[in-house]
Amino acid sequence: MYGEPRFLLAGDAALVVEFGDEISPEVNHRVHVLAHALEQNPFPGLGEAVPTYRSLLVHYDPLCLSFEEAKTFVLDVLGKCEEIPLPEPRLVEIPTVYGGEFGPDTEFVAEHNGLSVEEVVRLHSGATYTVYMLGFTPGFTYLGGLPEALATPRLPTPRKLVPAGSVGIAGSQTGMYAITTPGGWRLIGRTPATLFDPARIPPTLLRPGDRVRFVPISAEEFHTLMEGAKSGA
Amino acid sequence: MLTTVQDLGRYGYERYGVPVSGAMDQFALRAANLLVGNPPHAAALEITLAGPTLRATDKCLIAVTGADLSLRVNDWEMPPWMAIFVRQGWTITFGDRKSGCRAYLAVAGGIDVMPIMGSRSTYLSGGFGGVEGRALRQGDVIPVGVVPFHLPERAGRSFPSNLVPDYSDAPEIHVVLGPQDDYFTDEGMATFLSGEYQVGPTSDRMGYRLQGPEIAHKGRADIISDGIPLGAVQVPANRQPIVMMADRQTTGGYPKIATVISADIPLLAQCLPGQSTVRFEAIGVEEAQSRYRRMMKALEEVR
Repeated sequence: MYGEPRFLLAGDAALVVEFGDEISPEVNHRVHVLAHALEQNPFPGLGEAVPTYRSLLVHYDPLCLSFEEAKTFVLDVLGKCEEIPLPEPRLVEIPTVYGGEFGPDTEFVAEHNGLSVEEVVRLHSGATYTVYMLGFTPGFTYLGGLPEALATPRLPTPRKLVPAGSVGIAGSQTGMYAITTPGGWRLIGRTPATLFDPARIPPTLLRPGDRVRFVPISAEEFHTLMEGAKSGA
Repeated sequence: MLTTVQDLGRYGYERYGVPVSGAMDQFALRAANLLVGNPPHAAALEITLAGPTLRATDKCLIAVTGADLSLRVNDWEMPPWMAIFVRQGWTITFGDRKSGCRAYLAVAGGIDVMPIMGSRSTYLSGGFGGVEGRALRQGDVIPVGVVPFHLPERAGRSFPSNLVPDYSDAPEIHVVLGPQDDYFTDEGMATFLSGEYQVGPTSDRMGYRLQGPEIAHKGRADIISDGIPLGAVQVPANRQPIVMMADRQTTGGYPKIATVISADIPLLAQCLPGQSTVRFEAIGVEEAQSRYRRMMKALEEVR
């Protein structure tokens, strides 16, 4: 973590506030704290603030503000961050079928780490994760907090189609595909939960900063929950 | 043929991974809306290179701006950047490209498709916005909003010719350096700012993939993923720049050497994939912002 956050130019309508050059809970927490503080203390000309692992992209309207003015406003809010604590994070449970056709790489993850498939499931569903950020594709969820024993490199060649709801591992991260896209993460399971729905506001089930736990379910439960989601129950 | 419904974009959802989308050339969209009496954020058709044939199911007032694709109304050649009264049953067609890449057809009342997350813009890869999240196809009926004025009153109104951009096939594009210009060697920076880059044939609404002199990184060609603003120039390990455009992903892990200034995005958006070439020049952020303010003020004065 940097002693003082760095302000970077991101063109003429945005700036970046960078807190460090590492993926860590401490650095990511500071990103969410500033995002929340800006939401609570908006200034004229402030646009959306987009949190990522270690920085916040802050859009502003160059018709209202110069870069220096925008930076001054953000610095002012940064100074108030301690007075604006983050609300208690939500804990969201994600029902997930592990292994088999739902998680075709589960055995690879087990072998790679010298574990049994059962241990992979127990470790992955035993941890509590933090939503570091959503991005890349609509609703793709990057989670921090993967037990080190499960770290596994990406696929050498990405799959052409990863089904929506897939839960995967890439290096020391875990995450979820919210829509069906190509992807190279090692898939260990799938959730029937609707992670992204463009007709919903907000469109994602999860938000940056949320806490997440995976709850193992059976294939039968998966299908029942999928049917329920389809019929709107 | 690629024609989609676009407005100024879908703002406020990048934190959920939802791309902004919207018109690639927002100056042309704003001008078209202005000519037909619409608010700037009204949705219009973005027409890429080959235009569709449209038939007016009711009288309407249209304006076509941006690329010059040889507009014809009821088989009469008509000038672009002008409000045109169209009678019921008349056809609107396009022919050869004379300049630019994307034309904007605004219609008084705006294209009235269902807004998704506050915007009517089509996001093709996500399959939402616009008409069922897809490009227009034969047989589509395009809904138009209610018009609060008498249509013929505004017909014939033209955009001042001195304000119509000159869409070059070899524009000089201005950039503000950063946010990761420190990832590149001095030589890499000099190459980026002196080389000529061709707009690659696979360039699209998501990104303009450029081909030209290789830009050298100091070390790693990846960063911890962060947010991507419009116009960000990513340089992945293959050392060829990609300018991130309207449908860009919200986050990415390649270092961004510079960001194209807001005032020049329209010029880049009108470059033809596989044909146009661009050169980059770095300017300060204050200068970039004053260029954007000048551009917006010009539109304001036309109003």
